[in-house]
Amino acid sequence: MFMRKALIAALMLGGVGTATAQQSGFGVPATQADIDKRFFSVFPDGENLPDGQGTATQGAELFEIQCLACHNSPPGEESEYEPEDPADTLFGGHGTIGTDGALATVGSYWPYSTTVFNYVRRAMPYTAPMSLTNSEYYSITAFLLHKNGIIEEGEVMNKDTLPKVMMPNRDGFVSAYPEIPEKYRTKP
Amino acid sequence: MKQDTKKTLVVDATDQAAGNGLMSRRFFLNSALATGAVVAGGPAAFAQETSVGEGQEDWTLMPGDDAPEYGDVSQFEKGRVKKFVAPPAGGRTASSAGRTPLHLLHGTITPSGLHFEVTHHGVPEVDPDKHEMVIHGMVDRPLKWNVDALENYATETKQYFLECSGNTRVNWANKKPDQNFMYMTHGLVSGSEWTGVPLSTLLDEAGVSPDAKWIIAEGGDSGSLSRSIPIDKAMKDSMVAIYQNGERLRPSQGYPMRILNPGFEGNTSVKWVRSLYVTDKPVMSRFETSKYTDKLHDGKSLQFSLEMDVKSVITRPSSAVALEKKGMYEITGLAWSGRGKIVKVEVSADGGKTWAEAAVEGPVHSMMLTRFRIPWMWEGRPAILQSRATDEFGRVQPSRKALLAARGKQAYYHYHAVHSWSVNARGKIRHVYA
Repeated sequence: MFMRKALIAALMLGGVGTATAQQSGFGVPATQADIDKRFFSVFPDGENLPDGQGTATQGAELFEIQCLACHNSPPGEESEYEPEDPADTLFGGHGTIGTDGALATVGSYWPYSTTVFNYVRRAMPYTAPMSLTNSEYYSITAFLLHKNGIIEEGEVMNKDTLPKVMMPNRDGFVSAYPEIPEKYRTKP
Repeated sequence: MKQDTKKTLVVDATDQAAGNGLMSRRFFLNSALATGAVVAGGPAAFAQETSVGEGQEDWTLMPGDDAPEYGDVSQFEKGRVKKFVAPPAGGRTASSAGRTPLHLLHGTITPSGLHFEVTHHGVPEVDPDKHEMVIHGMVDRPLKWNVDALENYATETKQYFLECSGNTRVNWANKKPDQNFMYMTHGLVSGSEWTGVPLSTLLDEAGVSPDAKWIIAEGGDSGSLSRSIPIDKAMKDSMVAIYQNGERLRPSQGYPMRILNPGFEGNTSVKWVRSLYVTDKPVMSRFETSKYTDKLHDGKSLQFSLEMDVKSVITRPSSAVALEKKGMYEITGLAWSGRGKIVKVEVSADGGKTWAEAAVEGPVHSMMLTRFRIPWMWEGRPAILQSRATDEFGRVQPSRKALLAARGKQAYYHYHAVHSWSVNARGKIRHVYA
């Protein structure tokens, strides 16, 4: 039945002499508002990063209010509010990747600084994602980067500076697509 | 039935296919013919003048319920055949998983309600009237669709497996083999019949730039889950699925629409999909950098390990159950490959010293679960049962030793080695590394 509908639609378009293969479908033109509501990802080269800015100093208080319910504070800075059963470890683990005690954190494992902003803004705080301002998300990102020893405490993070932050494990990845490199393939 | 008939079976050496009791695939067929003859015949006795209803079960003597609007499983099955849902840590549901009870199922299609699921931000209840998917970026014309619009297309229906690349992860690093039935080792794979619109149809309609290389697929869950999909895959066989096993998707499977990338790691088949951004580079989302990357022994990590490897597992007999007595059993299980069809499954009952080719049940679909079976005469001696799959491209499932030698033991994702069940003399079955 749907097949027939599609055929009829194609015939109708053909009938008025405007049909091309691309116009035979049922998609409706998407407006910029349609797109912006659904797509706000940012890229390692800075594409799509928004205005706003923040520092680790500003992020410290936000971290305590917005993040500490689930995540640990940086090592050595524990407060009385530490969660009993913390979610993903965010700090430390530097130099452990490739050892038996590998601890993958934002600092030790994440290859791109923009991923931190991108993920925290879309998904955090866990029970209220997308609820903070862009400057607040820049501030929390700055806090996470600073407490992992990657940027200075007062360094301003914004759409120009964030993509330039080089993460320690930036070169730690090998693409397995379309084929896994020979050295990691199993031998019979 | 199997218990009664096996007393009449005579096994001779010509029936054997490999060591420690593995039998020819023809064995059950031959024995069924033999026992059929025993059941037939014998004159019926004249009955006394009594009602045939005497001694009958209640449900044969009284009409049952009217047809339900939506059929449920038997009350006797409720609570027995169910997913294994790990309690979320600390009361959170930041990453929640329901695992398929493969050891209790047969065939290759997983019932929709038992299909595994992993969610990172819970299962959203999406109102289809408020849900639209946009295709934008490097296209001639940005377009959007709701589920009604997708219904207008000529759909395709295909059987595909989905597997979380974290399936069997406990076998990488765990010193002691996991003994939790098969839930923890293999419950994150399922098979379904999916119906939807080929993604290439929608991409062609939007007019994709020849410079495009990636599509950033994003979901409408509370984490707006985001994955980069290579454009060649999207144009080849990805679909926007709207039906699973003949009915609209369940919420936990992406209602009202999801991406389905056949053969790729499950996380890329973005559920509740609402945006497809066509571009020339990956977005490097959290789930393709910090998660779903495989740590290697040399400190590097594999990224975009998208295609699932050739893999198999014996579902029966399997761990945490026991063989009650000596005799004939059927060894059965599932095999699958993210690249194509399964062409061969070998089974060993002696820990890999000898192998016999199992029967593969057809029709075999590309990138779908494939069931295999082989008869096995258990004589009460210790055994190690293993299965080893080969796909149409000649890729052979490796041993655990070979896999760990190639990648180390911290990869976490994409474990796919031969799995071993040890049977002791009392019939108790345990998962072992062999």
